[in-house]
Amino acid sequence: MVKEIERAGLPVVHMCTVVPISLTVGANRIVPTIAIPHPLGNPSLDPEAEKDLRRKLVERALKALETEVEDQTVFEE
Amino acid sequence: MGKIKVVHYINQFFAGIGGEEKADHKPEVREEIVGPGMALNAQFKGEAEIVATVICGDSYFNENIEEAKAEILDMVKKYNPDLFIAGPAFNAGRYGVACATITDAVQNELGIPALTAMYEENPGVDMFRKSIYIVPTKNSAAGMRDAVKKMVPLALKLGKGEEIGSPQEENYFPRGIRKNYFAEKRGSERAVEMLIKKLKGEEFETEYPMPDFDRVKPNPAVKDITKATIAIVTSGGIVPKGNPDHIESSSASKYGKYDIDGFNDLTEDDHQTAHGGYDPVYANNDPDRVIPVDILREMEKEGKIGKLHRYFYTTVGNGTAVASAKKFAAEIAKELVADGVDAVILTST
Repeated sequence: MVKEIERAGLPVVHMCTVVPISLTVGANRIVPTIAIPHPLGNPSLDPEAEKDLRRKLVERALKALETEVEDQTVFEE
Repeated sequence: MGKIKVVHYINQFFAGIGGEEKADHKPEVREEIVGPGMALNAQFKGEAEIVATVICGDSYFNENIEEAKAEILDMVKKYNPDLFIAGPAFNAGRYGVACATITDAVQNELGIPALTAMYEENPGVDMFRKSIYIVPTKNSAAGMRDAVKKMVPLALKLGKGEEIGSPQEENYFPRGIRKNYFAEKRGSERAVEMLIKKLKGEEFETEYPMPDFDRVKPNPAVKDITKATIAIVTSGGIVPKGNPDHIESSSASKYGKYDIDGFNDLTEDDHQTAHGGYDPVYANNDPDRVIPVDILREMEKEGKIGKLHRYFYTTVGNGTAVASAKKFAAEIAKELVADGVDAVILTST
């Protein structure tokens, strides 16, 4: 899916937990996430800390969209 | 030579431990034959024997690849087997990735012959087909008998250290290795025969398939994110409560487009997941854990992004055919471009 969106001319960031799959599929901007059933959250945190975590991940995704890349890039912390 | 000693790898589901709610099961080893190991062992007809079964949850493996790999290699090493078999994984994505990753590690780090089996669209195939033997299977466990029948002859050959023939003869995904051989007919003759078949519209088999590098170049970055319209797309199956369009929990045949105008936060009262390939509890309790509507809405108010697009697009990426996913995304992208969206956040579970 990520490749078809990129092909249509839209910059796209893939937020996912299993980065090797994303690389195989051909995503260009990748932000690794927390876990498969809750990529953008962590139920063991209290709601405030969890939201904070989500905000940081989204900020990283926006950063990825603002960054010029030549090739597949994983945006780690 | 005695019986070939085999260690078998399966996931929590095929071990009968549980479904998605048990996918975080840590690696364990049992000195017995478990689940699909029964069928393999029967097909060995006394030539080989499963001495131990390693079981690991699919989510545990994929979320902790390095640790899981190290733990499982230690378990396998203890038995010093002649052969390692993982799966078959059919079209289960995380299971296939686990099977292929561990097969590669056993073969290349322990030097033990190994193989696995799965459906051609399983991501494990493209990740490891060049380094390991992967036997093609059908896309669901209904193909177990057929899978076992194809896996065993290749497994026995590997276990005995015999020479392995071509992918067509031995039933495995081509690894991109070319071997010289003496053909009966000259190249010119073979080429003309192939051309005639092609002109007649008949099936023919090329001797030199061109590699398929379907890569898309990254688009230029967003110039000013504070003015950009951002859209959310997900394969994590978030839908309005009740799943009004009945998006299937696996092998999805459609995608949904849903209005989030006025939503500052997705909750269990208004949204849920339709995905059948992961434990849905966390996403159902708070769908923002899969699509971050709450944060993007706040950022929109704070002026950190221009706008959150009014609609999000969603499907279930669980055993869904690559061709379907491609088609969905091409349609979605066309609409997003027409609607003036500048960039996309795509989340996957």
